[in-house]
Amino acid sequence: MDYKNVLTTCVYCGCGCGLYLEVLDGRVIGVWPAKTHEITDGKLCIKGWNIDGFIYHEDRLKTPLIRKDGHLVEASWDEALSLVAEKLGTIKAESGPDSIAFLSSAKGTNEENYLLQKLSRAVIGTNNVDHCARL
Amino acid sequence: MNEQPVPSIIEAIRQTVAERLQELDGVVALRRSSEGVAPHVFQQGDDLSELEIVPRYPLTTVVSRLHKSFPEIRLGIVARGCDERAFVEMAKRNQIDPDRLFILGIACTAEEAEECHCAAPFPKHLVVGKPVAPGSPNPVVAEYDNTPLAKRNAFWRRQFAKCIKCYGCRNICPECFCEDCAMEDPAWVEPGLLAPPFPVFHLIRAMHMASRCVACRQCDLTCPAHIPLTVLYDLMRRDMEATLGYIPGEDIKAPPPLSVTLNEAPLLVNTGHMD
Repeated sequence: MDYKNVLTTCVYCGCGCGLYLEVLDGRVIGVWPAKTHEITDGKLCIKGWNIDGFIYHEDRLKTPLIRKDGHLVEASWDEALSLVAEKLGTIKAESGPDSIAFLSSAKGTNEENYLLQKLSRAVIGTNNVDHCARL
Repeated sequence: MNEQPVPSIIEAIRQTVAERLQELDGVVALRRSSEGVAPHVFQQGDDLSELEIVPRYPLTTVVSRLHKSFPEIRLGIVARGCDERAFVEMAKRNQIDPDRLFILGIACTAEEAEECHCAAPFPKHLVVGKPVAPGSPNPVVAEYDNTPLAKRNAFWRRQFAKCIKCYGCRNICPECFCEDCAMEDPAWVEPGLLAPPFPVFHLIRAMHMASRCVACRQCDLTCPAHIPLTVLYDLMRRDMEATLGYIPGEDIKAPPPLSVTLNEAPLLVNTGHMD
């Protein structure tokens, strides 16, 4: 019997509520609100309460998918990232950096969002950075 | 001031847990880590200086999950009065095996009793601390009978309008364990509405809390909208006691009145769906 509660941050929106994932023998079995979390104070919304729902969901993507001949095919991260880099390079060369936009996410951390705009501005060379809610 | 300062209660319960861990498979309590305080199962060899007694979590729910996962396991629980009452009602509904759970009771402080307006701020199986007097009655409940119907309606309409339908009141409740919840049934609660339909959403839960609510206040504490849910359930508790003489959590042998048939025989199927 290995029972523990692991403090983590809700990934469903930018609020970043504190919560515990309840883990029994290596498997997440539930969620507890974090009552000693200074901001969240033991409260969650419906998304936080159900944050464990996607972990073992059968629809969860576990590898990148690349569309080949009209079908999505499982790929390795190396393969997927190489393809993205290659395409971005091609598009930038053919149409200029402002033909590309970066849409970041409220689910990402502050640091991850910083890195995305850095990639956008310093590597690609465009100020087209926006939020996923604009999609 | 407290009659007994909190640190000594903590020291005493840590000592008790250390002793009981000689013969039990684990003790469910709260543990402090660098991350904060959360439910934990202390086992032999664990650092008991990490054991805490605040904040309150519904620890009987942890017991229930472990009892269901490990059919032989024998556990202790560091329990306040409300934890013990929650255990009693869960045991009646086959959520906890009473033969495999041992109550290590702690008394609440007078301040805690007052904060909860608690009528019984200590467990029957008291091990540590001295019983304090009950807290004063909830002023809203105390004034309820003198409040005109229209004013009560306006009060609840205002309160329930704040609801963000997080289901936190249900999720945190030690007595809510149905696999299919009427509050998620589109036949009862129209999906996609915020605030949820008045008053059916909250009254479903209130009705289901009759003969179950042990006044632990976990729903109040976790509600992001600060809806005073225990006022509603206190009123149910009051009616249950007045009309059927039933006090949830009081007596493990007393069958819950809404789970018995008209000939007073307890229902054989006891899945938690029946009352």
